[in-house]
Amino acid sequence: MNEVAILKVGMADMKVASSGESLRTTGLGSCVGLVLYDVQRRIAGMAHIMLPSSTIARENRINPAKYADTAVPGLVEMMKREGADPGRLIAKMAGGAQMFHFAGEDVMRIGPRNVESVKQVLEQLGIRLVAEDTGGNYGRTVEFDSRTGVLHIRSVQHGVKEI
Amino acid sequence: MELFGHNADFKMDVLREIGNIGAGNAATALSRLLDKKVNMKVPTVSLLPFEQIAERVGGPETVVVAVYVRVIGDAPGNMFFIMGMEQANRLLNVLLGMEDAQGPGYTEMELSTLCEIGNILGGSYLSSLADLTGMRLSPTVPSVAVDMAGAILSYGLLQFGTMGDDALLIDTTFFEGDRQAEGHFFFIPDPESFPRLFRSLGVPME
Repeated sequence: MNEVAILKVGMADMKVASSGESLRTTGLGSCVGLVLYDVQRRIAGMAHIMLPSSTIARENRINPAKYADTAVPGLVEMMKREGADPGRLIAKMAGGAQMFHFAGEDVMRIGPRNVESVKQVLEQLGIRLVAEDTGGNYGRTVEFDSRTGVLHIRSVQHGVKEI
Repeated sequence: MELFGHNADFKMDVLREIGNIGAGNAATALSRLLDKKVNMKVPTVSLLPFEQIAERVGGPETVVVAVYVRVIGDAPGNMFFIMGMEQANRLLNVLLGMEDAQGPGYTEMELSTLCEIGNILGGSYLSSLADLTGMRLSPTVPSVAVDMAGAILSYGLLQFGTMGDDALLIDTTFFEGDRQAEGHFFFIPDPESFPRLFRSLGVPME
């Protein structure tokens, strides 16, 4: 058995796998783990998105991986450089949970807002979302196998799932 | 991220003292609840990349029991009381007289007990801080989660998220009696709260 190399994607980070590696990001709560995939070339990209929109950014140099509206086009661009065809990309995503519940605190809805924002940007770019495991009130760790196109999702209280 | 400008070392000391007083009070409350000695370490204050915050409690995938309160008032922020499962089980055993509390699948009763512990500890941390600074600070209703540390703590980083990829964490570790099982108080004031905290304590801001 060949050991598959795993590329770790940190929080507010994105990476591309172009030679059969797996992409993995851990402890997604309200954050969204987005995967874009070119089936034909077996090129995959993953972003760990933290916030819905860069319009709320107050930093001088924006980290594109952090915001949904910059991460999706940023990831497409990175994958294009590795030889992926933007017209062929499909998307899968997981995360966007609401870990804690409070009355009236808007910041607590950040998970669902992240999911909505990613969907909107995908639609604008004409990328089809083929599968998702989002929402709920629990954390997820995800791993995407760029050879098979399967996204493995693990959680503490709900076991393992594949989409 | 340039958070402090002048006097950065002195300001870090002030924050360490905030942790010391707040967590000291909370540890005393915990000690009364358990009727046992609770020890704590000198707080650490650090500006950490998001990735490394969860490392403080064993890494993003470590399953922890966390009670979260949002701090509201003059210096808003996020506060977590975090324990390993073993520590949480023991707390429940002592407080509820149950021998079989087993995470991660806690009963409603156990979860609400953990929430209440968080409420008491968060309240004592903040009331001592309010006394010290003369500011109005109060906790929201607490919320408890048993899950991956990364998923939980990311909630405390959102306010810093719009400014950069680091957050300032005031971390106080405590021990129950002579056992080595440890827990943490994490206080992550919102970026806007620092000037207010410093001003209230008479730290020159220039």
